[in-house]
Amino acid sequence: MNNNSFASFFQFSNVNWPKMWEATWETIWMTVVSMILVAILGLILGLILFETRKRTSIWARIINWIVAALVNVFRSIPFIILIVLLLPATQAMVGTIIGPRAALPSLIISAAPFYARLVQIAFDDLDHGVIEAAKAMGATNWQIVTKVLIPESKPALVSGLTVTAISLIGYTAMAGAIGAGGLGNLAYLDGFQANNNAITMMATIIIVIIVFVFQFIGDYTVKRIDKR
Amino acid sequence: MIEFKDVSKTYQAKEGPVKAITDVNLTIPDGKIYGIVGYSGAGKSTLIRMLNGLETPTTGKVTVNGQNVSELSGQRLREERLQIGMIFQHFDLLWSRTVLENVEFPLEIAKKGNKKERQKKAEELVKLVGLQGRENAYPSELSGGQKQRVGIARALANDPKILLSDEATSALDPQTTDEVLELLLDINHRLGITIVVITHEMHVIRKICDHVAVLDAGRIVEEGPVLDVFKHPQQAITKRFVNQETSTGSAQDTKTVVQQLLASHPDGVIVKLTFHGDQAKLPIVSEMLRQFPEVDMSIIEGNIHQTTEGSIGSLYIQLEAEQGQQKQIQGALDYLNTMRVETEVINSEQQ
Ligand SMILES: Nc1ncnc2c1ncn2[C@@H]1O[C@H](COP(=O)(O)OP(=O)(O)OP(=O)(O)O)[C@@H](O)[C@H]1O
Ligand SMILES: [Mg+2]
Repeated sequence: MNNNSFASFFQFSNVNWPKMWEATWETIWMTVVSMILVAILGLILGLILFETRKRTSIWARIINWIVAALVNVFRSIPFIILIVLLLPATQAMVGTIIGPRAALPSLIISAAPFYARLVQIAFDDLDHGVIEAAKAMGATNWQIVTKVLIPESKPALVSGLTVTAISLIGYTAMAGAIGAGGLGNLAYLDGFQANNNAITMMATIIIVIIVFVFQFIGDYTVKRIDKR
Repeated sequence: MIEFKDVSKTYQAKEGPVKAITDVNLTIPDGKIYGIVGYSGAGKSTLIRMLNGLETPTTGKVTVNGQNVSELSGQRLREERLQIGMIFQHFDLLWSRTVLENVEFPLEIAKKGNKKERQKKAEELVKLVGLQGRENAYPSELSGGQKQRVGIARALANDPKILLSDEATSALDPQTTDEVLELLLDINHRLGITIVVITHEMHVIRKICDHVAVLDAGRIVEEGPVLDVFKHPQQAITKRFVNQETSTGSAQDTKTVVQQLLASHPDGVIVKLTFHGDQAKLPIVSEMLRQFPEVDMSIIEGNIHQTTEGSIGSLYIQLEAEQGQQKQIQGALDYLNTMRVETEVINSEQQ
């Protein structure tokens, strides 16, 4: 059974299904949990970038500079290197460096800056007139954020989150290769290293399906909330 | 009452300082519709935005309801802003909210009442602006005129004492413009709120304003009741604005005809007559011809317009008389003057 023929990729009788479903669940868990945290963190960072950029006070400039620098640095570190760099921090925070939970810090730290930029762009794209109108009506800054900025840019925020989630799925596979669990881990250890091609194939198919489902949910949500 | 006192505003642009407003003094009485007219870049938006503190004057004082707006900040400024509604050229509605929710928005900001009360108030306002039945539509499903109606309803939500309108009809076609203007006039009459209207169209001023100020390069160059300004425009720029409105879109044609007549009948006299109010309805011209039978008259162009205070008409005519009867023409003109019709003899230098 351990050959490399084309047919070997489709000998699904070689697949250990309970293990496959467990790995699928781990991948979905990592993606969804990191996505939620990335959404929150990215929204906050994006908001800080947006709010501090046009202000002239010295504090606004310093904060903007720091956040922009952090975002740019973490966005440019390749994910696989980031995992390695974050091993000590992960150990300290999560208490382990293997398993789905251990993947979270690096997943979040690499995707949040990416999403923060998308959030900032979404806010920048809003018509400045509406913000001014709210100001003219006596809105506080917080009211402008919660009642204007976020609701009005919701479609862009959701489609940005969809893009981010899909790259997160890719990252979970990569993280899996070095011990984080999930489909990437299964494909690497039980598929590639054990020379069981059917497992690699099945893991791939499931990942593609997960990506499709995320994309579909994202597109559908955007279509439903976009009243422009 | 709104008062500008020695107000100037200089912007610090990248290319250097830009003086947008220079030494403006204005008093806007309560309950009136006050128009400020000027060309693009004259500083109209800058001026009106000082009233709700979106801009602060570099020097001088802006007083609204007894408050020096430029001194307010934070909570006090926000409270003052609740008293001042504003409508915009591009409507600036929240597209993620329905008509009703857009009108509720300022009530949420003011934290007024509960959800039910806000909804009730919004429904009343939607009715006031004539949009009943469209409460649950989204702005993208409305026409420009309807969007501006939502804008007006929203601006009235917190029962403001003042309504500011920055080019509110500039994005609308003439028919819709008139409908929106009617609505503003109606609101002014019904609710008695002061409306400050910014525009580059004299049409808007004529239709609804009681007073007008002409803004040119950051300065108020002329100011007064609308009818007076239409009758006796003083400054060249005001004349241009008045002509834009009183000549029937054929100003150029009139000019050409006048040129030709002046060239072909050097002895004739071309006169522009201006009628106001009830005179426009009297048979003054036919009476003049009866009294001066030697005078021949031909009509070049004429029109009549309605303002809030009455009608105003103008008529271009050419008067001719036989050799030796020139005195008759002067007599005819004198007659017109005694009937309080304004006459302006046009000669070739003026053209
Ligand atoms: N934020 C700003 N920074 C620098 N210059 C400005 C700013 N806002 C306005 N100006 C300048 O001030 C002048 C008056 O502008 P303003 O917008 O008040 O004109 P306006 O009469 O409203 O024109 P329009 O009819 O085109 O809206 C213009 O020369 C403009 O370039
Ligand atoms: Mg303007």
